[in-house]
Amino acid sequence: MTISHLELTDVCIDFPTPNGPFRALNHVNLNVDKGEFISLIGHSGCGKSTVLNIVAGLYQATQGGVVLDGKEVDQPGPERAVVFQNHSLLPWLSAYENVELAVKQVFKKRKTKSEMREWIEHNLQLVHMEHAMDKRPDEISGGMKQRVGIARALAMEPKVLLMDEPFGALDALTRAHLQDSLMEIHADLGNTVIMITHDVDEAVLLSDRIVMMTNGPAATIGDVLNIELDRPRERVSMSESEEYNHYRHEVLKFLYERQRNPADVEAEVVEDESKGGPELELIGKEDAA
Amino acid sequence: MEQSLNCLTEINGATMKLLKITAGWLEPLIKLIKGESPKQQLMIIGRGLIVPLLGIAVFLAIWQGTAPRIVTSLGAFPGPVQVWEQSVNLVTEHNEEREKAEAFYERQRVRNEKKLAKNPDAVVKIRSYTGKPTFLDQIVTSLVTVMTGFLLASAIAIPVGILIGLSPTLYGAINPLIQLFKPVSPLAWLPLVTMVVSAVYVSSDPMFSKSFITSMLTVLLCCLWPTMINTAVGVAGISKDLLNVSKVLSLGWWTHIFKIVLPSAIPMMFTGLRLSLGIAWMVLIAAEMLAQNPGLGKFVWDEFQNGSSNSLGRIMVAVLVIGFIGFVLDRLMLSLQKGASWDKSAVLR
Repeated sequence: MTISHLELTDVCIDFPTPNGPFRALNHVNLNVDKGEFISLIGHSGCGKSTVLNIVAGLYQATQGGVVLDGKEVDQPGPERAVVFQNHSLLPWLSAYENVELAVKQVFKKRKTKSEMREWIEHNLQLVHMEHAMDKRPDEISGGMKQRVGIARALAMEPKVLLMDEPFGALDALTRAHLQDSLMEIHADLGNTVIMITHDVDEAVLLSDRIVMMTNGPAATIGDVLNIELDRPRERVSMSESEEYNHYRHEVLKFLYERQRNPADVEAEVVEDESKGGPELELIGKEDAA
Repeated sequence: MEQSLNCLTEINGATMKLLKITAGWLEPLIKLIKGESPKQQLMIIGRGLIVPLLGIAVFLAIWQGTAPRIVTSLGAFPGPVQVWEQSVNLVTEHNEEREKAEAFYERQRVRNEKKLAKNPDAVVKIRSYTGKPTFLDQIVTSLVTVMTGFLLASAIAIPVGILIGLSPTLYGAINPLIQLFKPVSPLAWLPLVTMVVSAVYVSSDPMFSKSFITSMLTVLLCCLWPTMINTAVGVAGISKDLLNVSKVLSLGWWTHIFKIVLPSAIPMMFTGLRLSLGIAWMVLIAAEMLAQNPGLGKFVWDEFQNGSSNSLGRIMVAVLVIGFIGFVLDRLMLSLQKGASWDKSAVLR
C-alpha cells in the first residue's frame, strides 16, 4: 500500500449541544495525491466547511484523523494555507503588507529582506495584483480582495491549499476570471488543492476529482467523481463538450435526485403538516362536544 | 507662473487635509476664495459657520438681557460685557505678575553679583519667586495634572482591557469590580486618596507636590473605566475570520496582539479614550476645588471665598475657559482617532 500525500481516515466529529453531542461528520475517508485538485460539493449544512476546517486544524476530529506527509494534523499551520470565503484580509494593511505578514511568519530567518520583497511581489504578480500592491482592502473590489487572499495563501508555499468557497461572494464574470487565474496557477505550481464550492460548473471545470457529500446530520462522502478532461481546459469550448456535460449531469443528479436539498424536504414536511392541521382540529371539537 | 500655481495647489492640498481634520468649516471658505462652485460653498458656509454663530449671538443676547436682573449679595450677575472685562483683567494681572517676577530675579542677580565681586568665595543664595499663581498659571497646572492622570490611566487601562478582552474568564473576574467602581464620584475617592497619599508619599525632597499627586490619582481612578471597558469590548469583538487567519499563520502571542488584536480594537479603544479624557477633565476641576489643589478648580473656589464684586465675573471666565479647554481636548482626541483609525468609512463626530 502506498502512503498518499494527504489522508483523511475515518474522520467523525461531534459538536456539543444542550441535547447531547451532535454528529456532524460520520466516517469520512479520503486520500489525496500530490498536485491533485479536489472539489467538495454538497448542499448547505452538509459539513463541507467542517471537513476543510479539520484539515486546516481549526477543528479537531472526535474520531479518526488527518495525516499530511506522514505527520498527524493536530493544529493549524501555514503548510495548510486557507483562502477564506470573505477574503479575511486585515483591513488596516495594504495588499503588500497582508502578504508580507504571512511571508515574514513563514520564511523567518530563511529569506533575506530583499528575497522576501521579491517573493511577495512575485506572488502578487501571480494573481495579477502588482498594480494595486499599496492599496488597502477597502480601496479594491471584492474580486481583487480575493486575489490578494489567494496570493497570501500561495506565498506561504503550502503543501495543501484549502479554499472555502473562495469565489462564492463574487459576481459571475469576476468568478470566471478568478477561476481561469486559479487554473493557470495550479498548472504552473502544481499545488494540492481542496476547494469547497456549491457551483457545479466550477467544480467540473477545475477539479481532478469531485467529492460529493451527503446531507447532514452525520454527513459523509456520498460519491467521488473522477473528471478525466484534458488540461488546459477552456471554458467556452468545454460548454459544448459532451464529456463535460456528462460530468455536469452526474453531479447534478447526485445533488438533486440522490441528495435533495434539506430545505426543500423540510418545506414539504411543513406542507403535509398544514394539510393535517384542520382534521386534528375537527377531532378535537368532536371530543369537546 | 504656471509652476508657482502648481506649487500653490500642492500646498493647498496639504493644508486642505490638515484643515479637514481640525476645522471643517474652513474648507468651503477656501474653495469659495478659489472660486469653486460659489453657490454651493456659500450654502455650506451658511450651514457650517453662520448658523452656529447665530446660535451664540442669541445666547449672548439672552444672557446680557437677564443677567442684570439676577441680584446676588455680590452684586448683579455678570453679563458678557463684564465677563469680557474680567478676562482682560486676568490676562493683565498675569502679565504684571510676570513683570514682578522678572524684576525680583533681576534684583537677586544684581545683589549676588555685588556679593561675588566683594568676596569671590561667598555663597550666594538663589531663591525662586513666590508670588501667587495667576489664572494662566492655574490653567497650565490643571492641564499638566489632567494629562498626567489621563496618560497613566490609559497606560493601565489599555493592557488590562486587552487582557480581559482576550480571556472570558478574566473578564468574568474583573467585570464586577469595573461595574462597582465605575459609577463612584471623584468626591468619594478624594478623602481616601488624600489620606493615603499623605501616609505613603513621604519624602524630604518630593519631586511632585502632594496636592498634585492627590488630584492626579483621583483623575486616574475615575478615568480608567471607559478606556478599559471599550478596549475589552473591541478586543472581544475581533472577527472570527481574522482570528482564524492568525491561527493558520501560527502567529506568536506578541505578533498576534500587535498585528491583529490591537489594530482591530483601535476604533473602540479611541472611543473609550475620548470618554475617559472628558471625564478626567470634569473630575479634575471638582477635585481641585474640594482638595484645594492648585489649578482652575482652586481658582474658582478662591474667587468664591474672596467675594469681591468682581468674583462672579472671574468665575464665569473660568467656567467658559474650562468649557473651551474641554472642547479643545475632545477635538484633539477626535483628530488623533481619525488619524489612527483604519476604517476611513466610519463617521466620527
